[in-house]
Amino acid sequence: MLTLDQIPTEKYVKIKNVEGGTWVKQRLQNLGIHVGESIFVKRSAILGGPILVTINNSDVAIGRGMARKIAVSEPEHEPKYK
Amino acid sequence: MEWHAKLPFQNQSMSPNINSRKNKSSLSDDAQHPQIVLVGQPNCGKSTIFNRVAGYHSVATNFPGATVEFTRSHVKINGQTCDLVDLPGTYSLQSLDLAEEEAKKFLLTQKIDVIINVIDASILGRSLDLTTELLELELPMVVCLNMMDEATRKGVLIASSKLAELLDLPVIETIGSKGHGIDELFRQAFQVIRLNRQSHHRKMSRHVEKVVQELADYLPDCEKTGRRKNCRLTAIKLIENDPYFQKRFLPDDELKNKVRKCRKKLETAHGLPADEVIAAERHSLALGLFERVAKIGRPRKSWKDWADDVLMHPIFGYVFMALFLYTFFNVIFKFGALIENPILNFFNMQLDQVSHYFPKNSFLFTLINGLFQGFAGGIAIVFPYLVPFLLGLAFMEDFGYLPRIAFLMDRFMHKIGLHGPSIVPMILGYGCSVPAVLSTRILSSPRDRFIASVVSVLIPCSARMTIIMGLVGYFIGGTAALGIYLLNLIVIGIVGTILSRMMSEDIPGMILEMPSYQWPSLRVVIAKTWLRLKDFIVIAWPLLIAGSIILSVAEWYHIDALINRAFSPLTSLLGLPAAVGTTLIFGILRKELSMLMLFQALGTTDVSTVLSSGQILVFTLFVVFYIPCLATLGILLKEIGWRKTLFASGLTIFIAIFISLLGRGFAYLVF
Repeated sequence: MLTLDQIPTEKYVKIKNVEGGTWVKQRLQNLGIHVGESIFVKRSAILGGPILVTINNSDVAIGRGMARKIAVSEPEHEPKYK
Repeated sequence: MEWHAKLPFQNQSMSPNINSRKNKSSLSDDAQHPQIVLVGQPNCGKSTIFNRVAGYHSVATNFPGATVEFTRSHVKINGQTCDLVDLPGTYSLQSLDLAEEEAKKFLLTQKIDVIINVIDASILGRSLDLTTELLELELPMVVCLNMMDEATRKGVLIASSKLAELLDLPVIETIGSKGHGIDELFRQAFQVIRLNRQSHHRKMSRHVEKVVQELADYLPDCEKTGRRKNCRLTAIKLIENDPYFQKRFLPDDELKNKVRKCRKKLETAHGLPADEVIAAERHSLALGLFERVAKIGRPRKSWKDWADDVLMHPIFGYVFMALFLYTFFNVIFKFGALIENPILNFFNMQLDQVSHYFPKNSFLFTLINGLFQGFAGGIAIVFPYLVPFLLGLAFMEDFGYLPRIAFLMDRFMHKIGLHGPSIVPMILGYGCSVPAVLSTRILSSPRDRFIASVVSVLIPCSARMTIIMGLVGYFIGGTAALGIYLLNLIVIGIVGTILSRMMSEDIPGMILEMPSYQWPSLRVVIAKTWLRLKDFIVIAWPLLIAGSIILSVAEWYHIDALINRAFSPLTSLLGLPAAVGTTLIFGILRKELSMLMLFQALGTTDVSTVLSSGQILVFTLFVVFYIPCLATLGILLKEIGWRKTLFASGLTIFIAIFISLLGRGFAYLVF
């Protein structure tokens, strides 16, 4: 299973599933990260630091451990619209 | 849309403002003015609007969730008076952190005449989730599409009249930072109050709505939520397992059963946990609205796009951060040192004047002396060091650099068991521990708040900096002073690691919004500096003055000899003269006083004639690490409770003794 932390930067992926407690799910949804949504992996910090993703015009930093719990689709060069 | 260059109400609004940060219970007391409440997601520009109207009272911050306590101001707008409340930014009404909890509690229990739902128009899609949720409250509401300039830049085109029609609410476009549209916004808000125009919830899909209604019909009495009777809201919240509502309704076993049945119905029909069904419904309502009112065009490139390429670069980002912080602290130290002495000299001259009227060995003079020293000590920290520090920090925050530092530092904060955002209290700690501990409220988990509090009080504040510079820096050398700072960071690393191992992690990582960069408005930067400064002036300064008076009185009664004897085991353990015993104990009252007291206790300002370099080092190390000052203890008590405060104090004493002994050994080998 592919997770968000494995995605190279400058790629689009679709969120497939979020593992984790209610807090994690709700906070991600608050920031616009819903299952089925397409996100852009913009940046990745060194040494296993957080990942910066862009979703609907806003940037969200996600810790590496958290990113490991987000299952995503194969990376694409262009966003795949529903 | 009509833009107003200058707001007609700006001048009057400055006068009698009431800040309700402390006096929350009295909120519902004065019912004569309508209460207008600003609600919105973090970074939507809510506090900027508030500050524009209300003057220097609220804090706007480009760091998610920084306004934790809400601020209220009594303002006059277009000739009409109202109480304007700035609630902490909240992504939803689920209360995932302290700020959100505060916002929700307010919305459910306080008298509200109209809600102004402030939205960052450039991220309308996400923001409408909260709007949909707010509509469930069925309170009078106005929608404010703020940051329209940013939306245009990002290529988001919004048909606000269409949105108004769909929501059946007034929708006003504004640019808060420039004051555009704010006049109209409040005109509409007053209009809604006058017409007593209620808002209406958006209907979810048929099956969900049916289950919600079924539970709502079953509810005996919905007023336990506050004064509002809204059974539909209660039903939804119960299905969502909202702890706030559960506490009020679910001691009732029969109802508990009913709620369980309703949840089950949703779960079998939709194949998701019931709370996720509701969240998905809300999101699809918001999405539906967004698709009907907004068009995404081509974004315009600006400096904001490439700024991150440098500031968040895997290598240059760190280089820039190091250079920036080094320069920042250097400038503040140089600037502070420049004006600290003239200030102290001025007060000493005044004290000399006073001594003409009272004999120097009288009790009264002792009291006045203590008062003066405490007063002057406060000013000598506040103006030279704390004001520039807080101004700089507020600028960094509003510009949006602080979340970037959190991003860069996340990996390193993990090493000590914390996450990126915990860097904020640590940076603040170099200014003053009081606002540092208060800023831990931006953290979501109680565990992180506790660890960050302990760690941030270990950081040498500006008062302790004067000791490091004045003793070690002056008598031993700049490298040694820098060494203390490095040692301090190592100790913090170890303490953080141990504490975080002891307490299990409750939140698995950082989820932090990176707001767009913005040029801070001077008004907001000053407002924020003032609010933090007030924490120092109101809490720390009085304690500082009281401590100073107690100290003088103790001296007058020669209690110091007694204390020195009591502390002789410690002082001899550390290899210090017995005379410094009082200095150590009274350092709790005022840290920076330790140095002055040392001069006093030893009877000279040239400490090197009495103490060896090693002893100076040991003394400084002990003072830097042991128990935070009285003011910080007060704040810790309020924020983390007495048990943890006691623990933190004991821990710091232990660390101080341990490090000082190491210092003694080091000095024995080197000097």
